[in-house]
Amino acid sequence: MLTFTIRRLILAVPTLLFISLMIFLLLELAPGDPMAQVPLTVPAEVKEQMRQALGLGEPMHVRFWKWIVQFFWIEPQVLIDSMFGTSFSEGDLRVISWQTRSPVMDIVVQRIPQTLWVVGTAYVVAILIALPIGIYSAYRQYSWFDQAGTFVSMVGFSVPPFFSGVLVIVIFSVNLGWFPSIYDTTHRVSDWDSFVVQLQQMIMPVMVLALQITAQLSRFMRASMLDNLNQDYVRTARAKGLSEYTVVMIHVLRNSMIPVVTVIALGIPAIFGGAIITEQVFKVNGIGQLLITAIQANDLPMVQTLTFIFAVLIVLFNLIADVLYGILDPRIRYD
Amino acid sequence: MTDRDRLVPDEGLAPGSTAVPAGAGPLEEFSDPPRSQWRDVWDQFKTHKGALMGGLLFVTIVLGVYIGPWLWTIDPTHIDIRARNQGPSLTHPLGTDQLGRDMLARMMAGGRTSVSVGITAMLLALGLGSFIGVVAGFYRRLDGPLMRLTDLFLALPLLPLLLVMMLLFREPLNAAFGPEQGIFILIVCAIGVTSWMPTARIVRGDVLALKEREFVLAARSIGTTNTKLITRHILPNVLSPIMVSATLGIATAIITESSLSFLGLGFPPDFPTWGRLLFDATDYLQQYPERVVWPGLAISLTVLSVNYLGDGLRDALDPRIRGR
Repeated sequence: MLTFTIRRLILAVPTLLFISLMIFLLLELAPGDPMAQVPLTVPAEVKEQMRQALGLGEPMHVRFWKWIVQFFWIEPQVLIDSMFGTSFSEGDLRVISWQTRSPVMDIVVQRIPQTLWVVGTAYVVAILIALPIGIYSAYRQYSWFDQAGTFVSMVGFSVPPFFSGVLVIVIFSVNLGWFPSIYDTTHRVSDWDSFVVQLQQMIMPVMVLALQITAQLSRFMRASMLDNLNQDYVRTARAKGLSEYTVVMIHVLRNSMIPVVTVIALGIPAIFGGAIITEQVFKVNGIGQLLITAIQANDLPMVQTLTFIFAVLIVLFNLIADVLYGILDPRIRYD
Repeated sequence: MTDRDRLVPDEGLAPGSTAVPAGAGPLEEFSDPPRSQWRDVWDQFKTHKGALMGGLLFVTIVLGVYIGPWLWTIDPTHIDIRARNQGPSLTHPLGTDQLGRDMLARMMAGGRTSVSVGITAMLLALGLGSFIGVVAGFYRRLDGPLMRLTDLFLALPLLPLLLVMMLLFREPLNAAFGPEQGIFILIVCAIGVTSWMPTARIVRGDVLALKEREFVLAARSIGTTNTKLITRHILPNVLSPIMVSATLGIATAIITESSLSFLGLGFPPDFPTWGRLLFDATDYLQQYPERVVWPGLAISLTVLSVNYLGDGLRDALDPRIRGR
């Protein structure tokens, strides 16, 4: 298992390199000089610094190398510095945002908590709803509950977040006036009242995100349960006289959870991508919204960094899913 | 040529061969009247109520957006500033927008763009995916590299990447093909290039299994070339997973296009699509919430119907389920 994990970790390196190359080339092949769009208000010395940080004016492979160094060597140092108060990165050039002229990573670090709060809560809520629905739908296949579950998850698949989000705003904010339509990121939770306000403003984005995730997860849970319910070991368990609860909740569920757990792990980075739209609808000041504003402002360093962070997340959680699968299912030890 | 034609029925008689190409010729069992595969598929498909409804709804929507403008002849770009922000009435069944443009006409025009983008992008993704899947499954030497490539593409963050592509290639394509044509090509290519991976994986898996079957061996033994083998024997047999991916592909493409338009990075403002209409309507959310509902409902219904269609098709094309 350990060798497998290490092998996968090593395999992740070329994947990441390829993705960074793709992102780099995409911006490279883009017509025009990336510096040509820098506003004239940016002073000459800042421009020069930015050129150096980007390695502009040098051959392509040198620039790519510098870009890689920036991401894999200098930015982690900054991260360590900010966590432990050391000073490894002093004097290094950082990737600087063209909008705010501050280092890109600093802004990203500021935005991450908002995204994590909303998206993380939605994910947990979705898992808590989806698993029981999936289990019961499979146990009573073709019952009215199953049919209704199928329909709801089909709707969940089909209604895009930019519609369901706007719809809940129309219903709960405009007509009923229960919840605020805009997520206030400056809000601080200090006592019970402010906690209630925080809860109120989180309900709608969480609801929209959770609907989508629940739709996919409950379908997956149902399919996985159905695969296992017809297995021989289930008949054996019943024949031994075990109670129905033990058979379904212990024997079948534990085996069915194996693929579901990996799907949950695989879904985490995708949620960051999906949250771009939800964040935009509810004006949550998170990473997705940062990407949109950066794109609208032609802030290439910011766009590069964020795209790459998303890619790293995907590769990382792919790895986690693979390893989890190996740990949970002894039949699939890859080595 | 005649030799090969005669060979096709044999292929259907191979034991366990469930999928026979459409033009496979007579395949009689002596008691039953001859039945083609597509007849069986249709019989199974009919039993799936949701799929039937979905198919009907999708056809209605497609006909509505393509033929509708001939019946409802108001120009979607005609500005009638005196009749702005009207509610539903006989002259404007869905009301008018903030510039007095007829919402029904705009919905039809927007739907035509959205559905066209969906179908074209799906065809592109399907072509790419099937090609890579068949080549990877058929030629062992190419399998490893091509599947690695697929994995790498799956690891790309798609929505951010799409947004970046929009940002970077909009201007030159606009200059080359005009604003509408350019952005259409850009969106279709961007969606097609980023959504072929699932198809490629499924097709590869099926091709790998098919390759070992007796009819492929038989075809090879009479000297069929690889190209002919793929086009006459392999491709017709992987048609069913390709068709299912096609329906799901339309759904994803429509949602992706609408998302891009909603984020303001799709078609230009004066060129309506459903996503764009929804995006424009959110500005007037407080006063005219119904204006958001129409395009949103149109997107959701189209995608829902296509998803149900795909669901029914998957059941109908799966010979293990058929006949139950």
